[in-house]
Order: sequence, then C-alpha cells, then structure tokens
Amino acid sequence: MKTTIKNGRVIDPAQNIDAVMDVRIVSGRIEQIGKNLESGADEQVIDATGLVVTPGLVDIHVHLRDPGYEYKEDIVSGTRAAAAGGFTSVACMPNTNPCNDNKAITRYIIQKAQLEGFANVFPICSITKGQKGDSLVEMGDLKLAGCVGFSDDGLNVEDGAMLRHAMEYAHGFAMPIIAHSEDESIKNGGVMNEGALSTELGLSGNPWVSEAASVARDIMLAELTGAHLHVCHISSRRTVELVRAAKQRGVHVTCEVTPHHFTLTEQAVRGYDVNAKVGPPLRTAEDVAAMKEGLRDGTIDAIATDHAPHHIDDKNMEFSYAAYGMIGLETALPLALRLVNEGILSLQEVIALLSYKAAKALGIPRGTLAIGAAADVAILNLEHTWEATRQNIKSRSFNTPFENLSMKGKAVMTLRDGKVMHDEV
Amino acid sequence: MSFAHKHIISTKVLSRADIDLILTTAQSFKEINQRDIKKVPTLRGKTIINLFYENSTRTRTSFELAGKRMSADTINIAAASSSVSKGETLEDTAKNIEAMDADVIVMRHPASGAPDYLAHRLSRCSVINAGDGAHEHPTQSLLDLMTIKEHKGTLEGLTVAIIGDIARSRVARSNLYALKTMGATVRLAGPSTMLPPGLEELGAEVYTDINAAIKDADVVMMLRIQLEREGGGKLLPTKREYAQFFALNPENMKLAKPDAIVMHPGPLNRGVEISSYVADGKQNVILEQVENGVAVRMALLYLLTGGSDKE
Repeated sequence: MKTTIKNGRVIDPAQNIDAVMDVRIVSGRIEQIGKNLESGADEQVIDATGLVVTPGLVDIHVHLRDPGYEYKEDIVSGTRAAAAGGFTSVACMPNTNPCNDNKAITRYIIQKAQLEGFANVFPICSITKGQKGDSLVEMGDLKLAGCVGFSDDGLNVEDGAMLRHAMEYAHGFAMPIIAHSEDESIKNGGVMNEGALSTELGLSGNPWVSEAASVARDIMLAELTGAHLHVCHISSRRTVELVRAAKQRGVHVTCEVTPHHFTLTEQAVRGYDVNAKVGPPLRTAEDVAAMKEGLRDGTIDAIATDHAPHHIDDKNMEFSYAAYGMIGLETALPLALRLVNEGILSLQEVIALLSYKAAKALGIPRGTLAIGAAADVAILNLEHTWEATRQNIKSRSFNTPFENLSMKGKAVMTLRDGKVMHDEV
Repeated sequence: MSFAHKHIISTKVLSRADIDLILTTAQSFKEINQRDIKKVPTLRGKTIINLFYENSTRTRTSFELAGKRMSADTINIAAASSSVSKGETLEDTAKNIEAMDADVIVMRHPASGAPDYLAHRLSRCSVINAGDGAHEHPTQSLLDLMTIKEHKGTLEGLTVAIIGDIARSRVARSNLYALKTMGATVRLAGPSTMLPPGLEELGAEVYTDINAAIKDADVVMMLRIQLEREGGGKLLPTKREYAQFFALNPENMKLAKPDAIVMHPGPLNRGVEISSYVADGKQNVILEQVENGVAVRMALLYLLTGGSDKE
C-alpha cells in the first residue's frame, strides 16, 4: 500500500522542515519526503494543496473512561474524537474502573485501540494500587506491558514518602512520574479559583497555592531522587515560575498546559457554568498570561488536553456537586492556533508542542515525519472556521465551555500507520 | 410602576427603583399583618411551594404565612437532602412541581447557585431564593432594608457595619449589594479567617477590628457564628476568644452613633457574637426584622405573580 500526500505545506518541527513538499508513505511508514515526488499508478494520491501536513498530533493527557465508564466515553469513541482533532496518539490516564494498575488492563487498552480504535493509545498506569496512595504498582512489569508513565491523576499523592519512593523506583526503570499536583488540605474542597469571583458566587475557593505548594514539593523530590517528574495541567503563575527555576538548575522536570488554562479565565464559571468546572480550576488573566509566557520561553513542554468526558447526568446539577473536567481533543488545535494569531508562538512551535515535544516529554516514539517513522500524519486546514456542536463532535460526551464558539483551524484528515482514520477533505 | 423581574435570586440585579417598589409594597402589606383578621384575597388561586433543602424555621414560616395571609395555597416540602444522595435531581424535582402548575417555588439550598440553576430550567414558575449556600439571601436583605428605613427614614448616606462570619454569609453578600445600590456605606468585619478575598472589589470596606467598624455606624448587624460547621476549629480557636474580640457588647456599642440600631438575622448565639444586654437592649430591632420579613415576602409574592386587587 502506497500513498502520496502531494503539494501540502509540510511542517515537521523535529526535522526543522517547513516547505511545500510531498510525503510518500509505504507500508505504513514514511518512505520519502521531497518536492514533486513521482507517484506510480498504483499509489493513492491525496491532494493537500493549500493544506498543512504535520506529524499526527500527540496528546499526552486524556481520559478514555474505558473500562468502566463507557457511558461517558470508550476507547473507540475517544480515539475517534482524537482523530477528528488531528491526534494520532494519546496517552490515557488510569482512573478507570477498575483502575489501570495492572498488566491485564494495560494490555486490554492497547489491544482494543489497535483493533477498534482510530489512534494509538499509550496507557499511563497508576502510581499506587487503585490510586489509593499506599502501595506501589508493579512498575517494571507494566513498562513491559506498554505503559509509558505513572500517574494517580485526579488525585494528589499526599504521602511524601510514598511519592519519593515511587520516583526512586520509577527512575530505576527510566519511567516518568506524572503528577496531578494539588495539596488537598490547602484545596480544602474548593471548587473554583479562590478570589473575588468565588466570594461573589459563594463557592468555596481553591487558591493557587494548593497547586504551587504541591509542585514545589514534587520538584524537590525529583531533585532528591533524580527522577523525571512530569507536572500535569499547570494552572498558576507561580507554578510556571517553579518549573522554570527547576529546569534552570537541572532538575529533570517537564510540564504541560491545557488549552482551557491558556484560553479561559475563572470568569467562565460565572453563571455557575458546570462545563467550566475543572481541576485544577480556571484562574485569572495573570495566570493565563503566565501560561502563554511559559509556552513562549519553553518552560512548558507540551499542550495536552486533559480530555475529560462526562455524561450530562454527571454534569447537569448544582455546581458544587457536578463532576470536574471538560472534553478537549477536538477543540485543542484551533485554540492552540489562536496563540499563532496572537503572535505568541509560531505555527511551527504550536505544532511542536502538540506533537514531537509532547511525545518527547513522556518518551513516546511518535510526533515526527522522519524517514522510517510510523506514518502518523495530520492534514490541517488552517482557514476552516467551524463551531463545536453536539452534532459535529465525535466524543460521546459534550461537556465543553467552547460550545458554539467560533473556531478557526481543523484537522481535515488524519492517518495512522498510513491508514486514513478521519477524512473530511 | 411595574416590576420587571420574574425571579428573585440576587439583590445584585435589583435597581434602586426595584427596591423602592418592593419596600413601598411591603409597607402597605404590613398593615394587613397588624389587623385582627390577617387575611386578604389578593393571591387566591395562586400556588406557592416552599422547597427547603436546608433546615429553616424562621424563613420557611415567614414565607408560609406570607402566602397564606394573601390566600395563596402554600405547600412545604422539606427535601431530605441534596440531589446527590436523594436520587432525584433538582431539575426533576422542580419540573414535577412546575407540572402541577405551581406559580412560585421558594427554595433554600445548601449549594450556591442552585436557585439560578432552577430559574434557567423552569419555563413558567417564578423562583425565589430563600438562601443558597454562601451566595445570597435576598429576602433577608430586603427585610433588613425595610427595617433600617423605618428607623432612619432613608438608606442613602448611612453607614452599616456587618460583623461576623462574612465568608460563609449569604446575608452579608445580599446586604452588601442592596445597601450599596441604595447609597449606603457597608463595612464588613470579622476575624481574618472569616473575611474572604475580594470584598473590596465587591464594594465593601473591610475591617478586622470591629471597634473601627462600629465607630459612628448607623446600623450594627451581627451574624451568627457557626462553629459546628466542618473546619470550624481551623478558623477560630474558641468561642470564648471570639466573644472577647468580635462580639457586640454594651461597651463597644457605645462607639456607634447614639441612635444606632442593632440587627441580627437570627438565630442568635447569645454570649458568642452578641451579648444579651445588647440583643435585648433598647437599640435592638431584631424582632422587627422578623415582623417585616412577612411583609417583604408578601410584597415579593405579589409582585412576582402579578397578583391583583381587582376581585
């Protein structure tokens, strides 16, 4: 099977390529990149004139809800949403039911994605059994099964000794600890950012300190142990500063930011919009500016969605009781492209943060169009304007504060291993 | 003059004209409550549901009397607890009530924003917020304004000190907005652990020394301290120390204007936030607040249901 994608603007930040070229795929691998490639009669030709051809995007933080919460999302619907968003690889969090803390579930996820899915799925396993915070998972065995990192995402590892030993042990297997870092005692049940708005709405506040204080601890444990710490979905200005300073002194720390944390402020919560209820919470304009600066100066390694599908029954209720999280796979690209329009990042940088730099943060071997690499490709129409509606979103859930907001930029085709996974050219 | 609101959720959205209309209407209904036969046919045929997800004696009784004295049919529902444990969602409960053609749902709920949520999902019923979490308690605020106005003749230019657990007080928030709208200065005071961020942005003057807050005030409003709530021990060391530094007593009351009035939304913790000498003293108007509560709620039910005197 041969395919040639012709006349697209090929952007592959890993190889520093940005030019109108053709990409030839043979047997699911990148065979050749160059100008005016000859294509044989037996080849499938995709005309990408006027479009941008990039490595398939990589999202290192999603919730696929499978097994256990298939009524919210499953591996098929979640990877279909990924493909529609331009993603060919996702790393999924372990807070399923049962929790992904063992080889059987890790293999189930990988196999289901291969057989029925529309994107590669790289499972992240829990740090502690059942995410209960008291005993380590079998990290070596899970690495062999295909796990790419360990996280108790959704929960903080409160016990400092537990986290320290998790880092030491994971480091021995060259695996990252992926931290959802929020000090629960400082968070103290807060459901939105603490400030004048939480006072006005009468909602309990979660101050920036809950995140920053916990990240400070985690960074120092990484410094002590030499382990690789990846900090999930950072939200506060002080957290960016902590990561920046840690990197400067050589601590092995990486971090990610979600599109909602660099796009929205806490004002989105006004009116008690449950779709703007997310953990960590949306914060202030200053924090949003700090996220953009962190992306610009390289402190932040990846844009990751924290795609967190929830059924309407888990959301449609009083704000304090509603579930945390929002979907993100299909809106990430246009929201990230806004950073290009704002002059904060170049197009190449946005693509890098959504592909090879993200993959590199977790050591996932994806995110480039290098010769011989898996032919995971996204074809983007940067001019396409659209709106997220229940009808056109592929995710099983539709918990998004971006409903009916005008979006610019869309993945019009996504290929995994050279096979078309999404096509709206 | 007409009343443009379908729901009463927050005092923030009430204009000076709205508040004037409510208070004037309430004043005219107050007379009914002082009659021997306390009943008029104004709301005959209207149905009012008191949907209470939190305990309440004063507010629920006040709403019930307000409806009954105007001949409305009032039903009380003491919902066991929140929708989470109850099994039926708030939306379903409310829509069932609406389907029985109720005209007004009066709701108290522990979750901030719950009345707002309801108002957006019901098509015919009016919603009156009888207190939601730490958000607002607009009818309490309006009865407070009525009481202040009766004593001071006006609200414009007054200084009102509100003292206590501001962080968790819906009364403080509703009063802050309504009093500001009417041209009063609002001082909020209490221990620092009970003063949430951003109060200045919302228009208040903020004090940790209650003597400074009381100084030359026209009105001193004390709030109940709820030490039994979760985390209470992290906010305050003891009731004893609270009483020592943050209670209203005959001594610090002397700092207020000589004709200042003392208010409290109840229930009182005598000896904690307020000394009995002040609570029962000649400056206290606490029971007048309760009396005006019925009149204000009659006025609101009347204005929301477009009740008429034509019959």
